[in-house]
Amino acid sequence: MTGTGVLVRAFLRRDRWLLLWWALGGTLLYWSQAISVKGLYATQAEFDRAATMMESNPALIAMAGPARALNTVGGQVTWQSAAFGAIVVGLMSMFIVGRHTRGEEESGRDELLRAGVVGRRAPMTAALVVAAMANILVGALVALSLISVPLAVADSLALGVGLTLCGLVFTGVALVAAQLTAATRTMYGLTGLVIAASYALRAVGDVGNEALSWLTPIGWYQQMYAFSGLRWWPALLLAAAAFFTVLVAYAVFERRDIGAGVLAARPGPARAGASLNSSWGLAWRLQRGSVIGWSVGLLATGLAYGSIGNDAGDLMGDSEAARDMMVAAGGDLVDGFFAMAMTILALLTGGFAISSALRPRGEEDAGHAEVVLATGQSRTRWLLSQVGVTVVGSAVVLGAGGLGLGVADALVTGDEGTVGAFTWQTLTWLPAVLVLAGLTRLLYGVAPRLATLGWLGLAYAVVVLMFAEILRFPDWLRSLSPFEHLAAVPVESFDSAAFATVLAAATLLSAGGWFALTRRDVG
Amino acid sequence: MGVNSPIEIAGLNKSFGRTQALDGLDLTVDQGEVHGFLGPNGSGKSTTIRVLLGLLRKDGGEVRLLDGDPWRDAAALHRRLAYVPGDVTLWPNLTGGEVIDLLGRLRGGVDTRRREELVERFELDPTKRARGYSKGNRQKVALVAALASDVELLLLDEPTSGLDPLMESVFQDCIDEFKDRGRTVLLSSHILAEVERLCDRVSIIRTGRTVESGTLAELRHLTRTSVAAELAAPATALASLAGVHDLVSEGHRVRFEVDTATLDEAIGVLHRAGVRTLTATPPTLEELFLRHYGDELPQAAQAEPTPA
Repeated sequence: MTGTGVLVRAFLRRDRWLLLWWALGGTLLYWSQAISVKGLYATQAEFDRAATMMESNPALIAMAGPARALNTVGGQVTWQSAAFGAIVVGLMSMFIVGRHTRGEEESGRDELLRAGVVGRRAPMTAALVVAAMANILVGALVALSLISVPLAVADSLALGVGLTLCGLVFTGVALVAAQLTAATRTMYGLTGLVIAASYALRAVGDVGNEALSWLTPIGWYQQMYAFSGLRWWPALLLAAAAFFTVLVAYAVFERRDIGAGVLAARPGPARAGASLNSSWGLAWRLQRGSVIGWSVGLLATGLAYGSIGNDAGDLMGDSEAARDMMVAAGGDLVDGFFAMAMTILALLTGGFAISSALRPRGEEDAGHAEVVLATGQSRTRWLLSQVGVTVVGSAVVLGAGGLGLGVADALVTGDEGTVGAFTWQTLTWLPAVLVLAGLTRLLYGVAPRLATLGWLGLAYAVVVLMFAEILRFPDWLRSLSPFEHLAAVPVESFDSAAFATVLAAATLLSAGGWFALTRRDVG
Repeated sequence: MGVNSPIEIAGLNKSFGRTQALDGLDLTVDQGEVHGFLGPNGSGKSTTIRVLLGLLRKDGGEVRLLDGDPWRDAAALHRRLAYVPGDVTLWPNLTGGEVIDLLGRLRGGVDTRRREELVERFELDPTKRARGYSKGNRQKVALVAALASDVELLLLDEPTSGLDPLMESVFQDCIDEFKDRGRTVLLSSHILAEVERLCDRVSIIRTGRTVESGTLAELRHLTRTSVAAELAAPATALASLAGVHDLVSEGHRVRFEVDTATLDEAIGVLHRAGVRTLTATPPTLEELFLRHYGDELPQAAQAEPTPA
């Protein structure tokens, strides 16, 4: 462990801005909910009415969590923020751990560190300490901000502590993943899969079989029932899981070589296959794994949503008033649920699209672009093949989500027609997904270091979708999200003009990126 | 192939923000020659090569590559050349063999027989994933990919810095064969033995500017020969010769350095004094480069105009 302290300081020095932004973002997620809900309803009766409507909407429950005490500010904050907060700290922990463990090992910088007076376990321990500090910071800020609103102190603390513990569980998961794989990208994939599965499982659990919610850390966090009969003992499950995963990570670490994963590298082909014959072939080969992984993830998510969709009507409960209101607001309940599910699948696909649009930047940073561009590939062709994989990949990933939705629904209802219908309807969101990729590409074309800001596009779309109604965003602010322009099938009917317009916007953004790329220095 | 030289650069400028990387660089590489491209770290060698590859856009000056404009005609020109970067990074999840094939195919085809032969000569294991290669092995992959392609021009940026002496000699043989076919090589290198063995002409650059260019013999001409002699009588006239430096006389023994231009005269003085033993050591490449890389440079550059 020698040198851990020095490393912790060095990591904090590298991460200070990153940590600050993550912590502020996480805190804002909770605090903005509390502030906005507080001033939203003029009377408690109005609040109660709104709460009844939300409680009886299975789409919202699948998205957010178990509906409890929604007619209180605290209940609303917990409901709207806990699941997303857990995802935020999960991603934060994953990036912190990845960046200081597997990322450093893969790049070889780790070797330089380890040649110094540094214990074997020091880099890993330092990464763990920094991730823990970050999670404690987020948890403390969340609790303090809620107390300042003011909300009940014990429940505010519970939301903060639960969030920190959730983050620590995902820190442990990320540490284990970092031991298993030799590539940072794969490590992020594995951890992301666990986070996504935790979210999806609890969605199915909250709407249908509650036992499933008890299988995931996000479920445990929500089962603490902050602001609705607080109980602390689920926090013990979180603490135990965090402890256990970290223990596993250390045990695996002791049994592997530095620089290698547990999964040993096997020799590969001595000759390139026939498909690896162009920049298209290369782009596909580089993103193949990611397309397959995301497709499987979206298929599973689609299956999860599809399996509960038809119950949407039953879940309404007996409240006739609520039923009337829902129908008045958005038409058929089941359709409303599926429209929401499709939007979520499209947002998830946005994650793939952006990471895929960031690949050219990765290639340029690593010096691979230079080698390819020196072989007679024009920049245009090189970029075009990357774009091609992004577009086709996004369609495949999104289609897989729609397919899952349709297949599960067909299994439940026996109506095979929904397989094709849902797949197609989900795919009508593709232009919005491609706008996110196009924005990323434009940023990349102008300056590679700006490209990661493309993620803000997705974050903004999520904010608009989830909170624009509650926060009463003006129209122009909402219209900045590409998702606002497309028809919410199947509630609304498909709007081909809007489809074409958004697609044109995506093309224009991409073309701008191409234009800038052909005019700047590469590498 | 054009009648002009494959590489013609005149007055090339390139800056990154406030850093002036290239400051009026001149470089001409003739058809069929191996041209050494030398200079201290950070002097602008890689920047020049990247401008030639059309990766960087020049700020000013003239650059012609294979009778084309490297920025505008990049893709077309690249079919006729191959490049080995100084710091070879490969896709970690592809095997060496896959990378060689891919790069060859991107350039328009692989000569399978030649590829096999090179893999064997460089003792490369093509089934290993790039993640597992050492620096030298990554370099071998890039070298095999470049040498297996049928091109007119090789741009090599310190291509052998990670190779062992055995592989170094394989590399030199390959370059000889390439040159025998009338092809052209621009070789940036710090390994002076390699430069001496391979290069017909060299250009030395410093802080983004060419300070010397010519054959090795011409460059040697600019420096001094060390002479040590035992004489029958003291040669006092030596001290008054303008081209003699660092003269040490101990009785009948003398040691001194002499400019090439004054060598004949100095030997004449020794001859008149009666030579018993005589050793004359030509300047080593190291001395040559140390002079050009070091601070002495400005005088040297002024003293002699650059031979064409």
